[in-house]
Amino acid sequence: MAKLIKNRAFVENDKWHRVADDQPVNEYSIITLERWNTEHHDLQRFASAGKLGLWLSSEQTIEQFEGVFRNFGVIAIDFPKFTDGRGYSAARLLRERLEYSGEIRATGDVLIDQLFFMQRVGFDAFELRDDQDEAEALKAFTTFSNPYQGDVADQRPLFRRQARG
Amino acid sequence: MYQYDEYDQQILNERVAQFRGQMQRFLDGKISNEEFLPLRLQNGIYIQRYAPMLRVAIPYGALNATQMRTLARISRDYDKGYAHFSTRQNIQFNWPQLEECPEILAELAAVQMHAVQTSGACIRNTTTDEYAGVIAEEIVDPRPYCEIIRQWSTFHPEFAFLPRKFKIAVNAVPDADRAATMVHDIGIHIVRNEAGDVGYRVIVGGGLGRTPIIGEVIREFLPEEDLLTYLDAIIRVYNQFGRRDNKYKARIKILVKALGIERMAELVEAEWDRIRNSEGKLTAAELDRVKQHFVDPAYADLADEPAELVAARTENAAFARWLQRNVRKHKKAGYAVVTLTLKQKGTPPGDVTAEQMDSIATLADEYSFGLIRSTHQQNLVLADVEQRQLFALWQQAKALGLATPTLGLLTDMICCPGGDFCSLANAKSIPVAQDIQVRFDDLDYLHDLGEIDLNISGCMNACGHHHVGNIGVLGVDKKGEEFYQVSLGGSSGSDASLGKILGPSFAREQMPNVIAKILDFYVAKRIDGETFLEAYRRIGHDPFKEAVYGKAD
Repeated sequence: MAKLIKNRAFVENDKWHRVADDQPVNEYSIITLERWNTEHHDLQRFASAGKLGLWLSSEQTIEQFEGVFRNFGVIAIDFPKFTDGRGYSAARLLRERLEYSGEIRATGDVLIDQLFFMQRVGFDAFELRDDQDEAEALKAFTTFSNPYQGDVADQRPLFRRQARG
Repeated sequence: MYQYDEYDQQILNERVAQFRGQMQRFLDGKISNEEFLPLRLQNGIYIQRYAPMLRVAIPYGALNATQMRTLARISRDYDKGYAHFSTRQNIQFNWPQLEECPEILAELAAVQMHAVQTSGACIRNTTTDEYAGVIAEEIVDPRPYCEIIRQWSTFHPEFAFLPRKFKIAVNAVPDADRAATMVHDIGIHIVRNEAGDVGYRVIVGGGLGRTPIIGEVIREFLPEEDLLTYLDAIIRVYNQFGRRDNKYKARIKILVKALGIERMAELVEAEWDRIRNSEGKLTAAELDRVKQHFVDPAYADLADEPAELVAARTENAAFARWLQRNVRKHKKAGYAVVTLTLKQKGTPPGDVTAEQMDSIATLADEYSFGLIRSTHQQNLVLADVEQRQLFALWQQAKALGLATPTLGLLTDMICCPGGDFCSLANAKSIPVAQDIQVRFDDLDYLHDLGEIDLNISGCMNACGHHHVGNIGVLGVDKKGEEFYQVSLGGSSGSDASLGKILGPSFAREQMPNVIAKILDFYVAKRIDGETFLEAYRRIGHDPFKEAVYGKAD
């Protein structure tokens, strides 16, 4: 079982849970985009209550979810392999282009050394793979104190944030 | 050159600390080999045939004497007393111990150097013209733009896990290209528009490797302050849509081919349109700040062709030959641009010893404001030498084995480390280079042949850029034996072209004779001082083929 990090702390008893396409949906279920597309009439009541989450595979790009993302209180972006970097662009586009303000959760092959990058592109929940060292993981969020680029929290690059030279 | 401020230094120090921690976790068995791989690659560490290799970045080829001495010391303390300059202006150590790499990186950080993103599926070191800032022909000095790209690409949070490596090169000279920009993932040509404003022509989708492709123009003119947002747009499209199922089809060139340049441009422009006026847009203040790091050094007021130079040239034919070949006109009267060639007979192209590195640092201090540049052709440049001191410099460089007067000639080869070091190689490349250097060591003959790019790669990954050599040599493996395939007609210049394979491959010992046949044919057929490439383009491929293989029946 992956360990969930939010606000730089481990969270117990998370109410959100992944539901397979052949299993019944209940409150705080995280479902696939395919399921939403076929069953959204039945699932709308969960969505309207803010109690439905979306799971995106790394193959799914913004064109596929930009019409529906508002229905979900949580969007989980899957990293099938930690080297698959598509989720970074997906999260950033959700935040910056679509202005999504719900939770964006990294799921799948989530390792310590990705966390710093992930938080910068808009992830705010992290399902850390269960073999990862917890203390090291929490330290990773502060690896760099003043990076060059802007990010989702502060879009200004270093050259706009600080008076240099 | 660019000097770090407190922010640059802090970022680098934090990187050293991060990698120290990662290495410790790896050594403690908390990170698997597979998961440590991208972490070490993004810190420049490969595991090679015999040992790890550490590739240290020389951002756009600029380094100073202190940094050169540090590199020399590292090669002595952690390696076997030599190092290798690569075609992307970086330097490689071939024998460090894996567990000592964090310490090496700490020593580098103390002199504002690093191995950040010199490998791995991320944005690599940005390269440019080794003559940047000292020649009259350039539109503007490209180095500030390279430094701006360096900072933007360093630990870019969105692009740390791209489908594949990503290389950017910048050129600011019309009609010449010493950075091979047409065969990079992104090539940036600094240009002026009709209004006289500085901006960029952007090329995308070039590359070598298994599928060599010349890049295509994606935008004819991009305003100066839009550089980073446009790069963000291109790489964001690539990160989303580049193939990840096959590493040989994962470079952006394959995406551009699949979509077509028009569709690629549509996607990029649409993305750019949304972000072009975001906070990521460059500011005049930032452009100005970085440009201030590249202002001219305190040049003396001198005249061209001082008497000392004229006299030495008249009296010493060897000096005159070196001047003609390895010394280039400077934008400032009384100065010259000197290339120190790392192509000594008997030494792998691009290799330098620790002693040579220390001596080069001394030469830089003595003759060129303490600054050195590395080049795509695997040489070094002292860019600001007073003409009246050229003779003194030549004498010292010659004694150090750094004045072989063959810049741009046949034996000024590009050559990858090949099967002697690299675990990817199918064949050795260095012995081929050495055989050719030994066979063609007559300077009169080499000068008579004129400019020829001979590029050698030990496998189809093409680190030796064989596709764009006027003569390209590719090592291939045939049933466990090393053979060499020859191609002709490649060029990495502004008229970039890909070489065409001549025919069946050859055994290593045949190679000097094969090259000799090609050259003999060229010499016999050239007219009016044509270069090899010009003659090849005029005469065509088949006559050269016939000259090597005999007439087809």
